[in-house]
Amino acid sequence: MVYSKQKLHEEKVFKDPVHRYIHVRDQVIWDLIGTKEFQRLRRIRQLGTTYLTFHGAEHSRFNHSLGVYEIIRRITDDVFANRPEWNENERLLSLCAALLHDLGHGPFSHSFEKVFELDHEAFTQAIILGETEVNEVLRRVSPTFPQNVSDVIAKTYENKQVISLISSQIDADRMDYLQRDAYFTGVSYGHFDMERILRVLRPREDQVVIKSSGMHAVEDYIMSRYQMYWQVYFHPVTRSSEVILTKILHRAKELSENNYTFAYEPYHFLSIFKGAVTLKDYVKLDESIILYYFQMWEEEEDPILRDLCRRFMNRNLFKYVEFDPSKEYKKLNELEKLFEQAGLNPDYYLVVDSSSDLPYDFYRPGEEEERLPIHLMMPNGELKELSRQSDIVDAISGKRRTDHKLYFPKDCILDDSSHKEVKAKIKSILSLE
Amino acid sequence: MMKDHAKLMQAFFVSGEIVGRKKLQKMIYIAKKLSFPFQEKYQFHFFGPYSEELTLRVEELCNMGFINETKEKKSGYTQYRYSITEEGQAFLNAQAANPMPEVEGCLKDLNTQSSRFLELVSTMLYFEGLDEQELIEKVQKVKSKQNYTSEEIVEALSYIKHLSTVS
Repeated sequence: MVYSKQKLHEEKVFKDPVHRYIHVRDQVIWDLIGTKEFQRLRRIRQLGTTYLTFHGAEHSRFNHSLGVYEIIRRITDDVFANRPEWNENERLLSLCAALLHDLGHGPFSHSFEKVFELDHEAFTQAIILGETEVNEVLRRVSPTFPQNVSDVIAKTYENKQVISLISSQIDADRMDYLQRDAYFTGVSYGHFDMERILRVLRPREDQVVIKSSGMHAVEDYIMSRYQMYWQVYFHPVTRSSEVILTKILHRAKELSENNYTFAYEPYHFLSIFKGAVTLKDYVKLDESIILYYFQMWEEEEDPILRDLCRRFMNRNLFKYVEFDPSKEYKKLNELEKLFEQAGLNPDYYLVVDSSSDLPYDFYRPGEEEERLPIHLMMPNGELKELSRQSDIVDAISGKRRTDHKLYFPKDCILDDSSHKEVKAKIKSILSLE
Repeated sequence: MMKDHAKLMQAFFVSGEIVGRKKLQKMIYIAKKLSFPFQEKYQFHFFGPYSEELTLRVEELCNMGFINETKEKKSGYTQYRYSITEEGQAFLNAQAANPMPEVEGCLKDLNTQSSRFLELVSTMLYFEGLDEQELIEKVQKVKSKQNYTSEEIVEALSYIKHLSTVS
């Protein structure tokens, strides 16, 4: 039997707290899970530094990737099978793309990518197409199969229906992460009736749509997405830890560029600092490695790197005040000068964090050809955009979604054993009295 | 501080009025591909390269009162117009240095083109690693609904060469 059709002698199952069981029967999927590049995802947390706010959020991209695979398996095997609008030959491609869609994520990837100007999607493609165990498995399906998997994940595959399953405004990726993140953070929102949504998904040309009878289940999904953004993903404490993490990476990079001699050479970072990271270097990175360096840097001679690492490792985070850039940008210039006078480098100790710096997105109705919206299929077959049918979604789509906070080390400002007068001015501006 | 917002404000300032969200998205993407240091991350979407970060940052600038967004109902869709406000101009003036002094020629030129054409140009730039024939085939595959003619594709290739001279 050809490799793409080979089934395991016995179905394998993974126990999963979100989907109860994840079922694997395809040999290709089983082989992909066993590759070292996929196993690496066990060592990359799904929510980065969120565990410093919600202590349960230790789940990994490995858990999530299996979850996305399982949702696509249920859609293709239980909902789309035998429907004329669905091409059965796309099943294995969809499953592989679902499983591998996050393969290129690095450690604490959002901050890491920002500082070092890397792109996890490019690394996902590089792992799938390069000399890797994953590529070896995919090539056994067919010589063009790795490129097809890569194209689906990059959203450049010609069959947009397949892309839409894995990456659209109601896709398997979001359906898994919302439920999984809710479960592991322990919050009570984030839940919705996924079984119902799966039952009303329909394949259409170039997209996947929802039968209009399933609108209320989709409203629930949009509502939980909205709540998860504000309660978990935009949580101010998590943002503080991301700010410090980003500043540590910036500082280490800056020191390296200035030929600083680290007490312990950051071997794993060398090619990244030089902007010449290879695939081989990249896949060696995981969060254990990064945290190891942070622990070593707690004893570095450079006071900024040492302080930031101690703060991160011991969860002594920056505090924040609400910040309105439209009215307060002049105040910011003044604060920068005062921080410098107080011996605190404002590049590292005074940070505006905006909602646009965060890696999550809201539902958008797709006006003027932005993102493809969620379409409801009406009883007469006509497609209508969700927010035009649902008052709830319309209300959420029009809400203010921007937010800015100003982060700083409050403990340093309150410590007036030095620079007392300057710090008094800072306290007054930040209303810390 | 707020350097990425300032760069976008500079883009609005030098471009004058920008009509259409799609046009704005593609203008910034193309400028970024020409090495202007915009930080917004792009991914390929149904209508070509698209940045959620850019969308949200523009929303922020509108909420701050730095950018004026007006909506116009067109047949079947809503069109948006963007221009810098007085408050936005004051914010830009308060920046220590011009965030991107050389971007003006490039953005002004892009702003004279249609969104449809910029969608084609940005898509071609997205696949710039491919050789010319592969690039044309790829664009025709991923943009099959747009039915770009071979004249448009040739024009886009020549426009990409032209852009390198104005940037």
